Amino acid sequence: MSNEQTPEQTDAELEQQMVDLAEVEDAKLTAGQKSYSQGQLIRRRFFSHVPAMISLVVLTVITVMAFTSVGYGIIPGWWQHPFRLPQGAVLVNGGQPTMFTDGQIFGPHPFGQDSLPRDIFARVMRGTQQSLIIGVVVAFVSSVIGILIGAIAGYFRGKIESVLMTITDFVIVVPLLVIAAILGSTVSNMPFAPFPLAIMLGIVSWTGMARLVRAEVLSLREKEYVAAAIAMGASPWRIIGKHMLPNSIGVIIVNASFTVAAVILLESTLSYLGMGIRPPEVSLGLLVSEGESAINTRPHLFWIPGIFILVITLCVNFVGDGLRDAFDPRQQRKGDRRPGLRQVIGLRGFAMAQRRNEQIGADASSQPTGPHIVPGSNNPRTNQLQFWRKK
Amino acid sequence: MLKYIFKRFGRLFLVLFGASFICFYLIVHSGDPLADLRESTDADAEFQMETRAQHLNLMLPWTDQYYMPWYERYWDWLTGVLGCLDPTDNIIGECDWGTTVNGGDVTAQIANAAEVSLRLVLIATLLSIVLGILTGIVSAMRQYSIFDYSMSFVMFLFWSLPLFWAAVIAKEYLAIRYNNWMADPHFNQQTILIVAVALAIAIPLIIGGSARRRIITGVVMFAYTCTVMPFLDHIHFMEEPRLGTGFITVGAVVLAVGFTALIAGMQNTKVLVSGLIVAALGVTAYFATWDMLRAAESYWVPLGLFALTIAVSVAVGRLFGGYAKGQATAVSLLTGILTSAIILLDHYMYSWPGLLSVKPRPVRTIGESSPNLRTDDFWVISLDHLSQLWLPTLVMMLTSLATYTRYTRSSMLEVAQQDYIRTARAKGVTERTVVLKHAFRNAMIPLATIVAFDFAGLVGGAIIVERVFGWNSMGTMFITGLTNVDPAPVMAVIIFTGGIAVIFNFIADILYAVLDPRIRV
Repeated sequence: MSNEQTPEQTDAELEQQMVDLAEVEDAKLTAGQKSYSQGQLIRRRFFSHVPAMISLVVLTVITVMAFTSVGYGIIPGWWQHPFRLPQGAVLVNGGQPTMFTDGQIFGPHPFGQDSLPRDIFARVMRGTQQSLIIGVVVAFVSSVIGILIGAIAGYFRGKIESVLMTITDFVIVVPLLVIAAILGSTVSNMPFAPFPLAIMLGIVSWTGMARLVRAEVLSLREKEYVAAAIAMGASPWRIIGKHMLPNSIGVIIVNASFTVAAVILLESTLSYLGMGIRPPEVSLGLLVSEGESAINTRPHLFWIPGIFILVITLCVNFVGDGLRDAFDPRQQRKGDRRPGLRQVIGLRGFAMAQRRNEQIGADASSQPTGPHIVPGSNNPRTNQLQFWRKK
Repeated sequence: MLKYIFKRFGRLFLVLFGASFICFYLIVHSGDPLADLRESTDADAEFQMETRAQHLNLMLPWTDQYYMPWYERYWDWLTGVLGCLDPTDNIIGECDWGTTVNGGDVTAQIANAAEVSLRLVLIATLLSIVLGILTGIVSAMRQYSIFDYSMSFVMFLFWSLPLFWAAVIAKEYLAIRYNNWMADPHFNQQTILIVAVALAIAIPLIIGGSARRRIITGVVMFAYTCTVMPFLDHIHFMEEPRLGTGFITVGAVVLAVGFTALIAGMQNTKVLVSGLIVAALGVTAYFATWDMLRAAESYWVPLGLFALTIAVSVAVGRLFGGYAKGQATAVSLLTGILTSAIILLDHYMYSWPGLLSVKPRPVRTIGESSPNLRTDDFWVISLDHLSQLWLPTLVMMLTSLATYTRYTRSSMLEVAQQDYIRTARAKGVTERTVVLKHAFRNAMIPLATIVAFDFAGLVGGAIIVERVFGWNSMGTMFITGLTNVDPAPVMAVIIFTGGIAVIFNFIADILYAVLDPRIRV
């Protein structure tokens, strides 16, 4: 570097040097770590969410069991009893469940029989099928409508947006259960149950999705890449389809999974009230209402379908929660690490001291590279509300 | 801002009008109201059809056919309902909500049903807001503790619970089994042990602290339960419960001291003094108003005394608060309200033997009140209402409790990361002020929106719960009306709940503007 150089050149060179230095430092920091794409990160976060993974396994087992045991449509299943009353059915064990009795694991009627006598296992499996079908179909229909209307309202604003807001007000004014019950009693006699009911429920339950997509699109409109796309002459539909929806896929998936759980509950409630699925078709809500009067004599008629509704919705909700954590880590983790068992049972101070010692040991062995952020509880970015207890 | 709120208010009313139009169309077309009579073999089926068609306003006046077009029926119904806005009965017409299929007068039914349902929904809303926010705050403060984990799980469970199923379980175990137990109410050894162990585990989790402190709390709790429960059994607490002067005095003082510690800090003597003055006044008032309250014949006496309590509490806070007027008022107000709640509880307990003598099985599974209660004591009748109310309220609270807890928790955690929280800490503000004033207030701003949405869900829940518990209220009107293809009662329910939702939204909007000055555009 000679003295003839102008100050500007010196500045540029210095800047270049700093950039190089930063890159070298960056490379040093990331040398030991593997880098992941956005999708991989989301998948890893989801798979490390324990409740969501347990729920996913339970849900898969229930789904497979429900569809293979009694079969669907013309496809036969492996379970010998039909869910309707077969000819020459006999009452076994007084209708009580044969599960884990007389040294057998399942027995002929693991969940018992009702007074006719129909096999409850087959009926519960059939009801589970209906619930799952309704949940998925409704989530699909309401997502499609909601995404479409939400995206249009958010992108074009104007009249469509005010229409959307009016319909949202409609949902505030008339409870969803009321409008669903009115529509449910209209469609409950149609053929191909439960599809008319599912489509109808989808048509009334899209507003939540539309509101979320609209909010997301509204914030994405201000992004530079959208401005760039507009400048390059992309059509609105291309911008919505290629730029906005892929960027709001997290919100869409999470909300759809919560919709599945909400709709399964809504359907079972409607069927319980006699406005959803009607006999001879089977649904879990219908089974609960049939078993309600026999809660003292044959409690399994009431408990088993109810527990199935509870387990299915609980699992779907947990999966939804796991998806939300995975797509949007800000919402749950807050930069805090989930603590180990010892911190949870109150040995936080002990664990902290141990980790500090480990850290000092690690620092001593490797050469110090600038200020070190101690992970875990010493990190100032941990739960701020807990900060005072550590002072 | 005011213009915006009124604009929204007006739009919601228009939406309600549109909703009534759509719902009327859907109800009328949901089935055939004469179906059962068409298949009937009764000799006078024809006549029955005619009367029913008349009640449903189906009949065309000039023929004997039953096909009055639905829009004309809607117009008749609408003019009848709009008549209710017209006190003179001359301009639009008389107030008329129509008749049911069986000729019942909906106008009389809806007034009674609305009162019963509203009581249920409002109490459930208030309780779940208070409890949900408290649980949410504690969960957020102890993020990733056992308390947080177990509360998150329980709230997920409540959120996924089918309400009708929970209601049937509550009816079976908390009503029927409880009534059986009340025939001879005694705790046996096993029950005492189970309760003691459960409390010894639960209380330390809520209180928290170091491992040593938790163990001490658990042991103390266990010993306490093991002595108190046999003692209560011995004094026949389940048949003749009383709180006694000692409990009320200690309770009032603890409330005053506790709220002072929570809101202002113990070193602030002005606040502490005003809290203690209110507590002393409360205990004095307990003796002074005893005869007056016992002789009460309607809710007006307790309500009047409650209003007086609030006025006195505010006055004490203002007078003795000095420089800490605001905090002193808050502390004395909260102490006053909760002390009067304890006194009310004692009065109800005093009436409990009276209720048991006229109603040996204290929780009926059907109905919102007991018919033919052989007493005219106001307290016993009121206690009977409460005993019928508490189970439906409990079941309805589950879902919205989960909503509020989860919402408050995530909102508190979100706010705790903001810069102004760090600024407050850097200024040296005490932790109590940071959590309650800086974090909590800001976390609560969007709660107003949640209340508005949650209310619609609660009305839906009320329909289910009222049906399970056999209440003669809006839920029953709605369901029977819908199964009979009978528009008048169903429309009455929709208009009533919709109207209340509109008012709730109005209040929520105003609250929103008061809480968050940024919104005042």
